[in-house]
Amino acid sequence: MPVYREQDVIPYRSRVREYAVKIKMGLVSQTKLITAASEIVRNMLKYANGGETIIEIVSRGRDNGIRLTFDDKGPGIADIPKAMKDGFSTGRSLGLGLPGTKRLVSEFDIKSEPGSGTTITIIMWING
Amino acid sequence: MERIPILKLGAFLLVTIQIDLYDRLALHLEEDLVAMVEKKSVKGVLIDISAVGIVDSFMGRILGNIGSMCKLLDAETVVVGMQPAVAITLVELGLPLKGVYTALNVDKGMELLRSKIEIEDTIGDDYDDDTSPN
Repeated sequence: MPVYREQDVIPYRSRVREYAVKIKMGLVSQTKLITAASEIVRNMLKYANGGETIIEIVSRGRDNGIRLTFDDKGPGIADIPKAMKDGFSTGRSLGLGLPGTKRLVSEFDIKSEPGSGTTITIIMWING
Repeated sequence: MERIPILKLGAFLLVTIQIDLYDRLALHLEEDLVAMVEKKSVKGVLIDISAVGIVDSFMGRILGNIGSMCKLLDAETVVVGMQPAVAITLVELGLPLKGVYTALNVDKGMELLRSKIEIEDTIGDDYDDDTSPN
């Protein structure tokens, strides 16, 4: 699902919620997942003018979860460990985006190549 | 253009957010509220977010900004009705919404606003008494 405009954020969030409801994810986990997704797409819009997203249902033994992938062709992040520190921001935001998002979900993975883009994958498992 | 309605209730403004706010709508709300606080000499602003399922850092920042701006215009802001899942998420995200008062529902929020404003009135009265000439 492409997210290239500010108006795409709310429909995207509704879509994630639909998937979470489908696998009967608890309300708190749902809220955390959607908030995390919202933070990442906002970052993507701000720094990379948007990008592509994928929503998938994944399973691990008996546990189900939602995996969200965010793929942009923006400037990339030069220093990922620095970007993952609380309070760091190259923009004017509070710098909570990436580290805050990581705290909200079960798994968080980021790959970035300066000059060619950033891919972030997050997973929220129903049972932690 | 779509706008969030702002109701005037005595000396207070009441805003009930019933939909997921997209950025422009949130920014308009901030502008409209601050303008109305000034124009109608409002003493308190009540924002009901009981129907809001997601508060991300942008939305949190808007709520905080409204609180700070209203404070500069001598009005208090109370955010009421936050869903427990939203509270959990905000704290884990690292955004504990400092600077705005919170209450569980609109009634309690009204009470809180009234008590804040009464306290200010009393302080004002005392000051007048002390400085009034004989």
